[in-house]
Amino acid sequence: MKTRILGGIALLAVIAATLYGLFGVPPDANQGDAQRIMYPHVSSAWLAYLSFGVTALGGIGWLIRRDLRFDAVAVASAEIGVLFTALAIWGGMMWARPVWGVFWQWEDPRLTTTALLLALYVGYLLQRRLSDDPIRRATRSAAVGLVAAVDLPIVHFSVIWWRGLHQTPTFLAPDKILHPAAPLQFVLALVGMLTAFTLAWTWLMIRRYQLARAELAQEEAIRGELIRSASRSVVGAPEAGGAQPGAPVEATR
Amino acid sequence: MTTLRRNATVAWAIARKDALAEVRGKQAAVSTLTFAALVLLLFGFALGSDPRRLADAAPGLLWLGLVFAGLLAVGRFHEVETEDGALEQLTLYPVDRRSIYAGKAAIGALAMLLLGALLVPLVAILYAVDVVHALPVLALTVVLGAIGFAAVGTFYAGVTVRMRAREVMLPLLVLPIVAPLLLAAVKATTAALTGDPFGELPAWLTLLAGFDVVMLIAGAGTYGFLLEE
Repeated sequence: MKTRILGGIALLAVIAATLYGLFGVPPDANQGDAQRIMYPHVSSAWLAYLSFGVTALGGIGWLIRRDLRFDAVAVASAEIGVLFTALAIWGGMMWARPVWGVFWQWEDPRLTTTALLLALYVGYLLQRRLSDDPIRRATRSAAVGLVAAVDLPIVHFSVIWWRGLHQTPTFLAPDKILHPAAPLQFVLALVGMLTAFTLAWTWLMIRRYQLARAELAQEEAIRGELIRSASRSVVGAPEAGGAQPGAPVEATR
Repeated sequence: MTTLRRNATVAWAIARKDALAEVRGKQAAVSTLTFAALVLLLFGFALGSDPRRLADAAPGLLWLGLVFAGLLAVGRFHEVETEDGALEQLTLYPVDRRSIYAGKAAIGALAMLLLGALLVPLVAILYAVDVVHALPVLALTVVLGAIGFAAVGTFYAGVTVRMRAREVMLPLLVLPIVAPLLLAAVKATTAALTGDPFGELPAWLTLLAGFDVVMLIAGAGTYGFLLEE
């Protein structure tokens, strides 16, 4: 019930922030209406990086505590992260076409980094699908998520050296926000959108986590059923002793 | 100090075993080298016969060839372990997992160096690039790139070795990770070939070295978990 309320609030917040971003804030002096894309774009990008940070932490949690709930957090976060990464790239391209004249700007470090981010975590999700054993999958995923997280700063650093033309970060440079060039309305629109998106992210995380737990429980149930039927067949027909209860479902090593 | 020596001995033994198996079997080495040469030849067809264009693209093509062929090489050194239950034996060794990783990474890096020794002269011949004057810097770039690629490739080979569809998954996981390595190596190679007019060579080599160190630490730290499973 609490989750449902949170979902309702998140939905309302996204609608309100969207309406404000579209109609409440005046268009940018240089970029016109295209600049409005920046509100959801920056919010998506923030959530993309947050998600993959959480995925890495979930992986570490699994490796230390050996509790599959950490893995459920990791997969929930990775899937939602892929969604927001794709959104960030899509929004960026929609913005770049009118402002820069091209969809894709190779010299832009953050666009390139984000594209690789997407590739890294699509790979992460794909390799999860190829592992049937929950323990093995959790361990592999933790390792893959960790190395990907370690790689990201290097990716970012390396493409920055290409000299980009992306706007300097809006948030990591506080003087920009307080600069008279960025009136309070713009800041409000961005902060509002960030809050709304983060609320939506939280709701998605809880739901996807619950789903991951349910999936795991189902897997366990099927596994248990397999073991039971295997032991039954052993009892029923002693000569068919080849079945090994508890053997991994995944193909032999 | 004795642990370090012991680990180095184990790593050496594993690398030596794989090298010996390749030298005696000659199963994959020749075909991987041929594949790498073929890739360079096909790049020539793909980009047309304009010698200027080929010479300009040469650093990028060299590294793409190295990366593609390198994927086959690092995958190979784990694939051999899947035969006859060798992987189970390997995990049963009462040794530090990091030394197993180090051994596999070392033989992977050696394979990359061999590929580099073939591809650099081939690039010089096929794409009409003068490499002789830049050979020391090129060699350093190839060494740094080989170590970094082997560090990443060995880790992911460990991830995928027991996975279904590992032939597809290995490149899919490795390629985005080695993007900064590719970028830095191509930039360093370009700088080396053009006499480094902007003085950017040290920066790219430092980035390569940094990538190597970080990935070796990350790989060594997590590889043990993969063998445990």
